[in-house]
Amino acid sequence: MENENSKNPTRRKFLKNLSSGSALAVSGLAYFSVTSCKQASDEKTTLLTTDGKLVQVPNSEIEDLNHQHLPATPEESRIGIPGKKFVMVVDLAKCKNAKKCIEACDHTHNLTPDRPYIKVLEMQDNEKSSPYWMPKKCFQCDNPPCVKVCPVGATYKRTDGIVLVDNERCIGCRFCMAACPYSARVFNWGKPPGEDESIPYSPETSLPSQIGTVGKCDFCPDMLRNNKLPHCITACPNGVIYFGDEIDDTVTNGEETVRLSTLLKEKAGYRYMEELGTEPRVYYLPPVDRLFPFEETTQENSES
Amino acid sequence: MSKPNIELQKFRTKRGKRLLSHLITTSLQYKLWIAFLLILILLGLIGYYRQLRYGLVVTAMRDYTSWGIYISNFVFFVAISLVGSLFSSILKLNKNLWARPLTRISEIIAVAAIICAAVIIIVDMGRPDRIFYVITHLRIQSPIIWDVIIISTYLVISILLLYISLLPDIALCRDRLTQIPNWKKALYRITAINWHNHPKQIAMLQKVNKILAISVLPVAFAIHTITSWLFATTWRPGWDSTNLGPYFVSGAFMAGAAVIIIAMYFIRKHLKLSKYITLSHFDRMGKLLVLLSLVYLYFNINEYLGPAFKMVGVEGEHITELFVGKYAPMYWFVQLGGLVLPIILLFFKPFRKPLPILIIAIFVVLGAWLKRFLIVIPSLQHPYLPIQGVDESYLHYNPTWEEWAITFSSFAWLLLIITVLIKLFPVIPIKKYKQGSETVFKQNIF
Repeated sequence: MENENSKNPTRRKFLKNLSSGSALAVSGLAYFSVTSCKQASDEKTTLLTTDGKLVQVPNSEIEDLNHQHLPATPEESRIGIPGKKFVMVVDLAKCKNAKKCIEACDHTHNLTPDRPYIKVLEMQDNEKSSPYWMPKKCFQCDNPPCVKVCPVGATYKRTDGIVLVDNERCIGCRFCMAACPYSARVFNWGKPPGEDESIPYSPETSLPSQIGTVGKCDFCPDMLRNNKLPHCITACPNGVIYFGDEIDDTVTNGEETVRLSTLLKEKAGYRYMEELGTEPRVYYLPPVDRLFPFEETTQENSES
Repeated sequence: MSKPNIELQKFRTKRGKRLLSHLITTSLQYKLWIAFLLILILLGLIGYYRQLRYGLVVTAMRDYTSWGIYISNFVFFVAISLVGSLFSSILKLNKNLWARPLTRISEIIAVAAIICAAVIIIVDMGRPDRIFYVITHLRIQSPIIWDVIIISTYLVISILLLYISLLPDIALCRDRLTQIPNWKKALYRITAINWHNHPKQIAMLQKVNKILAISVLPVAFAIHTITSWLFATTWRPGWDSTNLGPYFVSGAFMAGAAVIIIAMYFIRKHLKLSKYITLSHFDRMGKLLVLLSLVYLYFNINEYLGPAFKMVGVEGEHITELFVGKYAPMYWFVQLGGLVLPIILLFFKPFRKPLPILIIAIFVVLGAWLKRFLIVIPSLQHPYLPIQGVDESYLHYNPTWEEWAITFSSFAWLLLIITVLIKLFPVIPIKKYKQGSETVFKQNIF
């Protein structure tokens, strides 16, 4: 199954061992020869490592720098980003159903509008209280029901808190979909249109989509690896979604960065359906003192 | 223990002839029946080809109704397969001698049903090409893995139960049937594995049969309890219930008994076995069905009363949908037509005659199938969070022709396996052995 990525393990290992520092050296010293060196067999290139040594490396072992940014392989994706515990806070007081998060997510994950990862739900807790918009993604539970029921370990919990799906392992039994109390999962019932099959599959991007397997919001770990925010957060025009690291105790919506603990304390943050014991990693701030009045469909929020 | 000479004499009588004759003669009706089944199977294969080619998108299942009639059909087949253990274990160990002629029928149905259950669950998979991942990458904490283990165990025990008790009869076919095609001769010769009614062989057979009869019972209970756990381990309304195990098991026994009645009726009619499957059998099966239905009724009340009394959140919405909502007609048909009415009618002797009880049994089986539909689908349509922001079609579930074709073809497979096994092997146990001092077959029905 791991055809694309395991065909040349040594190369991958080598690049990994070089680590980012010496990889930069590779690019600095030998970029020109690198681009054309793949086929040359015996020639060697002298490279400078981070600790100042010169090493001779056969050209066949050197790859174009672009390939460094290959998304993580299924094996690499099983281990989380070290030292991180990702967490999300959604401020319900700020959401006006602009749906930009859905748009951005659908675009990057090649999803059709009928089966998005993110949904903005119209919620009303009781008849007398006002309705509000509730953006909902995967809650990346610390006690994930979906992971418990998966018969083949296709969905798993990582050290950084993210629950991911390996679509090259998934057998399509859809037990996880039945088990998830938040209906966070979507299925690739058919072949998604416009799929770029040339890129190698990575669970961190969920691309290219695999027919007959399950998918869901993944907190965009490919972005996180590059110290960037997930697409939904940067796409939101109203700064509704905060994202960050529980260990650092900071979250940001792209505009302001705040202490996670302070935010949750001051604004009475809660987790949806705490009583299920799933321990979600997504917090909500109650829809009080709203920035926008609730409107079902306005010109602004319906066009997007 | 046995006296082969005497037995040889015995089987030269009418009894042996009558019970073996259907193995030799093939009627036009039989051929038409097989052709009909093959057409259904072919339609199902076309549907499945389309599903393999385009993906599960050819079904009506979508992100909310993510399990459909494949799964309810799977639960139905698992339920039917339990009937084997009812006859070859419960009734046998309780020395219900009247049920002996029905044992083989029930074992054949059990084997056929469990094979179909295993196949239909593969049909439901999004990636059937990765079927062996459940072995190579298995994670024992998943109830699906428990189900895989228990289904394969039950399949093995069911086949053994059928085969071991068949051995003397296969040997009989090998010895008695001389005017048959060579492939059939070879079949009997090989499958009889040198059975010669030797006292040692008979003693061993009886011992093995007893071990199997005892061991199949916990496995049978486990298989349907674990199938119920596929649902009970989730938070879905209607599934999140501690009652689900016994509820499933009791429902399975009821459905299985009804299937046996249907099978009895047609086997008796077409193989002209009214001397062996008697009116008294229908009468007793009717009483047994009442008993099993009453148990199931009890668990039904247990299952619905609590949630209906409390009407909490989505659980309450789910109950409302079943009682008075869009699933109400089906729900009340199942509960009244497939459960309450059969119980009332079968209390009266005239309704335990072959034809009336056949009709009642058909209603019970139809109800049992629809009940599994009602267990699987409405629950999925009532998640905790409202269904919004998806295509309108996601709110409903109307199975496509591909799904129906595959489902009907699975029934055709079931009937084909049963028909072929009945055609190849004696459907009523012929050989009888003395057990200790007591003759096993004391009853006059032979």
